[in-house]
Amino acid sequence: MKAAILRERSGALLLVSPVLVFMAVFFLWPLWAMVTAAFVDDAVSKVLPRTAASIVSWDGQGIPSEAAHKALVQDLRVATDEQALGEAVRRLNSAASGFRTLLGRTIPAVKAASDPAQVDLLTVDPRWKDTRFWVALKEAMPPYTDRNILAAVDMKRDGSGSIVLEGADASAHRLIMLRTLLVAAMVTIACAVIGLPYAMLAASLTGWKRSVLLLAVVLPLWTSLLVRTAAWFILLQNEGLINGALQAIGLINSPLPLIFNRLGVVIAMTHVLLPFMVLPIYSVILGIPGNLMSAAQSMGAGPVRAFWRVLLPLSLPGILSGSLLVFMVAIGYYITPALLGGANDQMISSVIAFYATGTANWGLAGALGLILLVVTTVLYTIYGRFSTSPQVPGA
Amino acid sequence: MTLAKKLTLVGCLTALVAGAAVTSAQARDLTIVSWGGNYQDAQKKIYFEPFAKKTGKPILDESWDGGIGVIAAKIKAGVPNWDVVQVESEELALGCADGYYEKLDWSKLGGKDAYLPAAVSDCGVGAIVWSTALSYDANRLKEAPQSWTDFWDTKKFPGKRGFRRGPKYALEFALMADGVPPADVYKVLSTSEGIDRAFKKLDELKPNIVWWESGAQPLQLLASGEVVMTTAYNGRISGINKTEGKNFKVVWPGSLYAIDSWVIMKGSPNKDAAMDFIAFANVPENQVKLPEYIAYGLPNKAAAAAVPANLQKDLPTAPENLAGAVPLDADFWVDNIEELNKRFNAWLAK
Repeated sequence: MKAAILRERSGALLLVSPVLVFMAVFFLWPLWAMVTAAFVDDAVSKVLPRTAASIVSWDGQGIPSEAAHKALVQDLRVATDEQALGEAVRRLNSAASGFRTLLGRTIPAVKAASDPAQVDLLTVDPRWKDTRFWVALKEAMPPYTDRNILAAVDMKRDGSGSIVLEGADASAHRLIMLRTLLVAAMVTIACAVIGLPYAMLAASLTGWKRSVLLLAVVLPLWTSLLVRTAAWFILLQNEGLINGALQAIGLINSPLPLIFNRLGVVIAMTHVLLPFMVLPIYSVILGIPGNLMSAAQSMGAGPVRAFWRVLLPLSLPGILSGSLLVFMVAIGYYITPALLGGANDQMISSVIAFYATGTANWGLAGALGLILLVVTTVLYTIYGRFSTSPQVPGA
Repeated sequence: MTLAKKLTLVGCLTALVAGAAVTSAQARDLTIVSWGGNYQDAQKKIYFEPFAKKTGKPILDESWDGGIGVIAAKIKAGVPNWDVVQVESEELALGCADGYYEKLDWSKLGGKDAYLPAAVSDCGVGAIVWSTALSYDANRLKEAPQSWTDFWDTKKFPGKRGFRRGPKYALEFALMADGVPPADVYKVLSTSEGIDRAFKKLDELKPNIVWWESGAQPLQLLASGEVVMTTAYNGRISGINKTEGKNFKVVWPGSLYAIDSWVIMKGSPNKDAAMDFIAFANVPENQVKLPEYIAYGLPNKAAAAAVPANLQKDLPTAPENLAGAVPLDADFWVDNIEELNKRFNAWLAK
């Protein structure tokens, strides 16, 4: 009996295994990789084990003893894995700018020396007298670190190890994160304000009129995001179609600032993301029996009252899921803000992309991604509370 | 279906997929990656297609936007799906130090002496010399701006300015506008006072700057009159003058030039073909055809000498253009890009 159940279970498991494998490969594993990239910090200690052992006892004042110098020379001499060494160098340079050229000069000198005992780092490069390079080296030794996650929220550890805020001149990740959420919220609201009446109109029409309206929303989805953004560029610029037309009919004298500011970003993103709002609302409205509005009116409600008390509450699930979709997609945008926004419209994804592709600092990229993930998860939880509460009182 | 049968089926499918993956890796054609746009169109005509014809094997060409992270990710993934890549000087320095590129066989390239010294490295050979320079539309501006000081002078030249977003180039140009002689720019920039000074100078112009990211944007900004002056890549400027009959001008004094290089990705399955291609692209007779299409300088000395005089005057390598220009200091940016980019973002957000 038990064997039969077991066989049945394993059969079912086998059937869903593609999904599980998919989840593991495309969801859990990248997530795990991101978390580990943010916290694991063994690039340096792996390549420089002797230095790691030797520098622990150093108090962080001046420069470490001769023994640490010898250990570092020895480590660099035997380091043969170029890629591992490269990762260590990248990690060190990220903590102390200049480490890359410092090691770029030191490594060949150390390898070329006939007797490692004769190598004096201070003569190879006088920058080895600088305490900050040694501090960076020491701080890179523990296998785990919170520096990435701290840097992602504009904080760092000072010399004594306590967590302090970075100056507003030095880092603006928090500000950019807040700005990202703000822009996403503005776009979501704009989409809802346009999307709801649009979906209601589309649902109330029939035949080719409905098809045309839906096509108008869906068609842009088939066009590349870049093309749509470029099209907005042409429309919104100072000598663009909109300003040109307004000036031609004499409404304005000088061009309105529609581009390279937040307005341009919100307009273009609203257009691009509108389908994600219209389609869920439309499908929900289609499911609402058409006679409900007539029933409301027959019981004395005017059109506005019937809308407020009947149609709006019933279409709320569509609005909520549409808002969620739009908001979630919007926080990840960066091409549109990069092309249409001004200096203060860059969103967090462009910063993440800079660290991920620009400097291969996957630790900080992972940490920023993690913060974004936490924020969205919190928002999603709040959303879950909202959307499971009964929407239609008395229904 | 019994469990055993199901398992066999799954096993077969897995084998099939794995098999397909292996054959596709083996059969991949030589893949060359460059910067896209009209530059890559020109490269296609004078390097990719003739080389494919010569060897009788097809070539895949892709484009990218740079970034050492992209290279690093491809190397980490195992066998890279790119073979030959054109990289900027920072990516060359970083990737070469980190073992991301194969070492080149210089005997196939005609020896290191055949090239400008700055175009020679163990991992890469220079492909072009290109400039970032002050550019303007001569049909719109009656008086020609001469220098970065003029670029900063919003009274004499009212209107917005285009700038590539990021600290690279912006800080150098700011220092020159503040009176630092071109030759001393990196010396000043390597001190923290120098960096403060550059940011302070940028403060003055900040309300008038439109930031661009991709190389095609400044052309559009100039063409539409959105900006009166902008930083731009010289090859794009002369390209659009030719194709669209614009009258955009480049101000050479104070421009920054850099060298892009060909590299071979470490572990490339087409390593030999890749080396042959790079050699083919650096034969002077082939390289000399490039300036007809796009105004980039040639790092191969023999090729550079053979460029006709009427094309020569638009190249960053022409002696009169080189006179007041500064070579981009890749070492400085390799060391400082992360810290300065963070600070730049914070400065933008202020």
